[in-house]
Amino acid sequence: MIPVCRLEDLPEGESVRIETTPPIAVFRTEDGELYAIDDTCTHQDASLSEGWLEGCLVECPLHAASFDLRTGLPTCLPARRAVRTHRVTVDDGTVHVHLAAEEGTAA
Amino acid sequence: MRTVTVVGASLSGLYAARELRAQGFDGRLVIVGDERHRPYDRPPLSKDFLTGRADEEQLALTDAEETAELDAEWLLGTRARGLDARGRTVLLDGGRTVSTDGVVIATGASARRLPGDGLAGVHTLRTLDDARALREELGRGPQRIVVIGGGFIGAETASSCAGLGHTVTVVEAAPLPLVPQLGAEMAAVCAALHRRGGVDLVTGIGVAGLRGTVTVTGVELADGRVLPADIVIVGIGALPNTAWLAGSALTLHDGVLCDDGCVTALPQVVAVGDVARVGGSRAEHWTSATEQPRVAVANLLAGRTTQTARPLPYFWSDQYGARIQFAGRRRDGDNVRIAEGELADGAPAEGGFLALYERDGRTTAVLSVNRPRPFMRVRRELAREESRVVPAAL
Repeated sequence: MIPVCRLEDLPEGESVRIETTPPIAVFRTEDGELYAIDDTCTHQDASLSEGWLEGCLVECPLHAASFDLRTGLPTCLPARRAVRTHRVTVDDGTVHVHLAAEEGTAA
Repeated sequence: MRTVTVVGASLSGLYAARELRAQGFDGRLVIVGDERHRPYDRPPLSKDFLTGRADEEQLALTDAEETAELDAEWLLGTRARGLDARGRTVLLDGGRTVSTDGVVIATGASARRLPGDGLAGVHTLRTLDDARALREELGRGPQRIVVIGGGFIGAETASSCAGLGHTVTVVEAAPLPLVPQLGAEMAAVCAALHRRGGVDLVTGIGVAGLRGTVTVTGVELADGRVLPADIVIVGIGALPNTAWLAGSALTLHDGVLCDDGCVTALPQVVAVGDVARVGGSRAEHWTSATEQPRVAVANLLAGRTTQTARPLPYFWSDQYGARIQFAGRRRDGDNVRIAEGELADGAPAEGGFLALYERDGRTTAVLSVNRPRPFMRVRRELAREESRVVPAAL
């Protein structure tokens, strides 16, 4: 479980990148939902935390590949592979990311 | 249509094939490619592939699953030699022919050559085979490299070579590289990246010739100076691959002439990507190659121009740790304003910058160095603006 930031420091429509290996992008949508995905576009080296957030979709800033934050699946080319998604919780006002791999080993 | 032949198996050819299936074409699909490789992405060739950060499997544009779904006949390592006057027969290497109802021309462009470039140690960088050969030579320890041409390919290649520890000089015939793309002011800022990357930039002088008998030994400049070189990389632009269309009914003039909908003089022949001159302009951009096929295929299947493609120009370049992104239609005389970040000593400062090109109070184009997020915002605004303005002006 990785602490990210205070919830009030991640306004709606914004995103933050955490420098894990590989890095993770955490989004708070306009509806207030929190999502975390691997930050690097599966097409080429670009940071999705710097992408364009619209609803539950994020568009890569380099080649406009788009990913669904809920599933990690690409919704259009040029990306063909999904990004990993990670569970996000808010505990006592702090946003936490639960790495997908850790969840797997815990189970 | 029962058969559609896509001539060209690179980015725009593959996107055209995908669009044909996505738009419901269920007939015979033939894809002809002169390279023996399956479609691959070219932009990394001058960057991560050259430096060894990316390997060939990461360049692949398709996988087995998609290839199966496309259900196409792939004629790879096969060069198209001609198109008959009616546009119904594609002539291939060795006299083979493909009878077809529709044709998508996606033959791209080839690197411009320099006289005498047959010497060992002289390279162009356009194809995977080019990049493999250069990568292998670069692996033989530190060498003196001269890059001829300071455009995007030249600059990215120089950056990659410098990063690998080679001694690099870039020679550019114009007083500054990239002026047509960026305008003089911002071209100067980007040229400063070479210096910061430890690369010499020699400008305003042409190349008289290459020195050497079997292997290149140097580059002779127009003023008689000779730059010693173990490796020379020629990056002086690309020429559209239209020679095979001589004798067809198509109009060729620095590309295949098409209307705004990528349709040629023959309604069942469309052209996309680097080879296509669409509505009067030919763009050698990745984005055009991926956006034109949707419209071209729709028009091909409709048998006439029902849609037009005039996407906002967008290109990017990664060099010397800087990600340069440009979008819009700038004109000489536009005012350039640094809207975010700053310059330091004429070069992009640490945190990059965002520059807006303006005319009559409107933004015409945007340039970013390492500022992808605000760049994307302005790029989207420009695209939205254009889609609003153009129909109103008609």
